[in-house]
Formats: sequence, C-alpha cells, structure tokens
Amino acid sequence: MKKIFFLLISSILFFSCKEKTIKKELPSNSIFYLKSDWQNQNGQTIKLNDLRGKTLVVVMIYTSCKTACPLLVADMKKIEQQIKPNNLNKVSLVLVSIDPKTDTPERLKEFAKTGKMDAAHWVFLRSTEAATQEFANVLSMKYKKISPIEFSHSNIISVFNPDGELVSQEQGTSINVEKVAKEANEIAEGS
Amino acid sequence: MQTLNCTNKADSSFYSHFKMKISYLLNAAILIIFCCASSSCKRQEEVLTSLQKEDTQIATSAFATNVKMQEIKGGYYKPFYSSDSDALIKVEPFLMDERPVTNAEFLAFVKANPQWKRSAIKRIYADTTYLHNWVSDTALPKNALPNAPVTYVSWFAAKAYATAVGKRLPTLDEWEFVAMADETSINARNKKTYSNNILNLYLIKNRQYNAVKLSTPNYWGIYNMFDLVWEWTDDFNSVLINGESRSGDYNDKNLVCAGSATSATDVLNYAAFMRYGFRSSLKANYTISNLGFRCANSISNKTK
Repeated sequence: MKKIFFLLISSILFFSCKEKTIKKELPSNSIFYLKSDWQNQNGQTIKLNDLRGKTLVVVMIYTSCKTACPLLVADMKKIEQQIKPNNLNKVSLVLVSIDPKTDTPERLKEFAKTGKMDAAHWVFLRSTEAATQEFANVLSMKYKKISPIEFSHSNIISVFNPDGELVSQEQGTSINVEKVAKEANEIAEGS
Repeated sequence: MQTLNCTNKADSSFYSHFKMKISYLLNAAILIIFCCASSSCKRQEEVLTSLQKEDTQIATSAFATNVKMQEIKGGYYKPFYSSDSDALIKVEPFLMDERPVTNAEFLAFVKANPQWKRSAIKRIYADTTYLHNWVSDTALPKNALPNAPVTYVSWFAAKAYATAVGKRLPTLDEWEFVAMADETSINARNKKTYSNNILNLYLIKNRQYNAVKLSTPNYWGIYNMFDLVWEWTDDFNSVLINGESRSGDYNDKNLVCAGSATSATDVLNYAAFMRYGFRSSLKANYTISNLGFRCANSISNKTK
C-alpha cells in the first residue's frame, strides 16, 4: 500500500512538473526571445521578458518630437481610458524611445509625469541604438534620423499578448484607438 | 540430517534475505523514480532555461571565412531620397566584402551556431521560408553551387552571421555609395549606360544560382553588386516610402512623421527606385529567393 502511495505521489509530481514546463515554453514568434537590455523610466535595467504576463500596447516615439508623436501619445492615453478598470493591472502601455541618446530615464520620467502617465501600467523604455533598431524591425517600424533633433518614422501602435506574440497593429495618423483598446481588453480578459 | 537442516536453514535464510532484498529493491526503485521525477523536473527546467539562453542570444560562435575585403575610400554622395535635394551625405572610409556571402559559408555558420539551423530558428527571427530550399538543416539545396550566394536568409540571420565573423552589415548609404561606381569610375550615375546596364542585370532570371565573382568587379574591386542577388543593408528600415500600400499613392506623406523627406533626387535612376521600393517592402524576418547579403566593417575595427 505504502509503495503504491509512493508511486502515486511520484507520478503526480512527475506529471505536474511536465505541465509546468510546457506552459513555460515561449511561442516561436515571441518578442521575449530578444535578449537586449532596456532601461525604464525609473532607471532600472530590464529585459523585454520582464514584461511577460501582461497584454502589451506598444508605440515607438521620441520625447522631443513635435509633430506625430504627440498625437501617438494622445492615442495611447485614449487607449488607457478605454481599458476597463478590471483589466488595467493586466495591461502595460509601453512607450519605446527611438532617440535613446536624448531620452534618458530621467527625461522619460519627466515626460511621464508632465503627461500624467505615471501610473504603474505605463512603461517607458530606452536601449542602445542597435537594440532599438532590432525592436523597430520586429514591429516593422521604419525610422530615420534626418537631423540631430529630428526623426522621420512610421506611426504604429502594436498589441502583444502576454506571451509576446504580435496580435494586431494599427498605423497611420488617425489610429483607431477603439479597436486597439477593444483588442487589449479582450486579451486581458482571456489571460 | 544436519547437513539437510543446514541447507534448509540456509535456504530459508537465503529466501528471507532475498525477500528483504526485493523489498529494498522496491523501495530503492520507488526512491529512484521519485528522485528521477524531481530531478528530471529540475533537469527539464535547466534545459529550458539553457535553451532560452541560447535562443535569446543572437550572439554567435565565431568562425573564419577567407573572403577578401576591399577598402572603400569613402566620400560624398547624394542619397536617392532626401529632404533636401542638394544635401550630400558623407560616407566614411570602410571595408566591404568583395562578394556576397556564399552557400558554403552560411552552411559553416549554421554548423557552428545550431540555433540558426532551419529547424531551430525562432519565427521572430525568420519566417517560414528560412533556408527552405536546403535539403536538411546542414545540407545545401540540391544542385546548388557552394559558391553561389546564400538566399532565403532574414535580416536577423544576416546580422548574426556578420557578428560571427567579426563584421557588420553595410549601411544603406555605404551600399549605395559603392553602387554608384561602374568599372572605371567612382560615380557613374550620370553616364547614360549606368542605369540601363543595371536594369538589364535585374532582368536576368534565376541569376541568384550563379557562382560569385564571375563578372567584372567595379572601380573598388567589388563584385556582384547587381548581377546575382538583392542585398540586406543594416538600416534597410530607414526607407520611408509607403511601400506596403501599392495603391499608386506612392508618397503618402500622411503616414509618416516628416514624410516630406521621401522625395527622389535622381528620378532617372530607375534601378535605384527599384532597390528603395524593394527595401521599403521588406520586414526583418522576411526570407526571399533572391535576397542575400554581404558584410562590411569599419576601418577602426579592422586595425584594432
């Protein structure tokens, strides 16, 4: 009897362990495979993988931009307002700088503060030029530095599921924020 | 009798000993199963984390190639697209591979870096056609020349290869600077034959299957800029034409911040139009039958 009991316990342990492992594996197209280091607005160094587990709404901007970026930031805030209060702790709104030299953590923090984007679900990131370029390429985002203070870039807001898979993208100057928010809500509810 | 007894005794003691052994064995077996379960659990986790480590490392094991690099002296060049039509871009001196990376070289890279094998590649780094013409993970396509340029490689794969050989991809400006040359001059853009010659090369079908270095090199000693494959550049994603929408609205300035930067300066250079259009339609994980790459390096890197 004892032995059977032991066997049962060990097999339960064995199988439960297996399940855990399967759950841990990332999908092949996950952005969490990118190994680059990033700095957030609090000066902490993180990996993209640290964002795992939340639905991500991602945009790439630079804080000194006067033209399209303020519109994109406004769109992100509109999306925030349309995310259901229950879902807010399951969603991260991520702004990634394409101008890492200028956008220091302090500057990102200040930008977050003045823009009233200092709640816990707001994440501001910067990295090296190479990692920024790699991340932009994952988003199919085009950008080019056209003067020391100016970039031209495409306007894209992307939604990722908690495993880091790209779910949808909206682009252009009039982004359909309702659609993005709906998508983010649905994923957050399902996760 | 005694002997019999004795044997009996021995028998029974042997039997009880055996019985004990069995129960020990059983206990041991259970213990072993238990240990295996927990250790395999651990091991699985270890494997997984090590896998993830490997996967997240675009960084690669180094290996050597013997491709010759040519020194490009650099200079000024007029970019095909510019916000200011008179603006010249300065290209610093740099080194460029005299030819594209070949099948054989990429095979060696894949062998040294198993995470870049076709069966191991993550979709985030390359789409489903990555090396899809290869017979297996480590066998080139049937009938393929080892010294033909490698194709069906993504930007991520090209970049990883360049890192592994201690080089980098050329920037778009560097590539286009070299592309201005013909066989005798640094800048042949104004020659009538220049654009036509390139267009004629672009029209040759299945040109990607030919071996490298069979054609004449250009002014810099660089081979195969146009006659074999299209090539990845490091910053291919800096081209801001709205290439995705083929609506004829070729220059949709609404879509991009400072979109007026997308103005052609050299409208007669149709070959360059094609290259920029092509680049703007690319995504970094695309793999295409006639898209390969070559490496470059900064001079300071070489002298280090």
